[in-house]
Amino acid sequence: MQEKTTVNTDFEVRSLDTICVNESGLEHRWYHNLKYLLVGLLFGIVFVKSEVISWFRIQEMFRLQSFHMYGIIGSAIAVGMLSVWLIKRFKIKTIYGEPIVFHSKSFNKGQVYGGLLFGFGWALTGACPGPLFAQIGTGATVVVITLLSAIAGTWIYGLVRERLPH
Amino acid sequence: MIEYIKQPWPWYVAGPLIGLTVPVLLILGNKSFGISSSLRHICAACLPAKIPFFQYNWRKEVWNLFFVSGIFIGGIVAAQFLANPHAIAIHPRLANELAGYGITHYNNLVPEDIISWRSLLTLKGFMLMVAGGFLVGFGTRYAGGCTSGHAIMGLSNLQWPSLVATICFMTGGFIMANLILPVILSL
Repeated sequence: MQEKTTVNTDFEVRSLDTICVNESGLEHRWYHNLKYLLVGLLFGIVFVKSEVISWFRIQEMFRLQSFHMYGIIGSAIAVGMLSVWLIKRFKIKTIYGEPIVFHSKSFNKGQVYGGLLFGFGWALTGACPGPLFAQIGTGATVVVITLLSAIAGTWIYGLVRERLPH
Repeated sequence: MIEYIKQPWPWYVAGPLIGLTVPVLLILGNKSFGISSSLRHICAACLPAKIPFFQYNWRKEVWNLFFVSGIFIGGIVAAQFLANPHAIAIHPRLANELAGYGITHYNNLVPEDIISWRSLLTLKGFMLMVAGGFLVGFGTRYAGGCTSGHAIMGLSNLQWPSLVATICFMTGGFIMANLILPVILSL
């Protein structure tokens, strides 16, 4: 909305956000979203049981002391790539019959600067955003503070982004 | 069976399951896998404060908040019903190094010696939890995604900017874990 009056510097976005973007044009009642809750639930269990959310596993990864995390991320990418290829190749549609849409990401310097900053935070907290939610679920309630701080970081980014190199 | 599930899952089970999230979300409703945007949606919903970056229809993205709520509940379920009864096993060199910083408890997935309410107001705890969390939120949004959105979804869709981002995530992590974190843990 506001983007139209200014130069578009929201590089994440076609109109909104290349990550987590909602390509669907359909409107559904709220309870249709429960299926995403279920996917998230299963995903969270995998996170915990594979110890992806463990601060210790992240430290091992960044010290090259274990193959575990590399195996997980690598095989996840392999399965993801194959799935995306199959979806494109066979023009698979959503359960609502909509064609599945992909969009490309454009490069900007934020991927370098922001990427490095996130890497620092990842090694400190031992968590990327997803594991933060799962860690709280496992009973590490203090991680609520880490999550609130991450939300504050996102908010400050939104506040100062026009002044940052992109 | 349940005893079997309670063991830590190997990478070749967990990795493909995480990868399957990509097609599942696409097929369920054209949703691109990504998690860090949930933080942006929370800002847009709770405190947009007339900042242009938070002026959009977050209600259209509410699926993402259901998804992360699910991750939270998944954490509860796994900890309550599927918990591994044994302490987490880590590389002896890391255990050795951490013992030097007074980290000796391995009962939780997060080290209770440094990440706990008790240590929150120490300099070390503040750096790890508050400063670390801030960098996660600021960095992921600046980079336009996190491990899920760039490393998994972006690379699955063969996006080279996501490769750049992923390399920078790892570079930042290596620098922090090997060069800066030892100083912080010595505090």
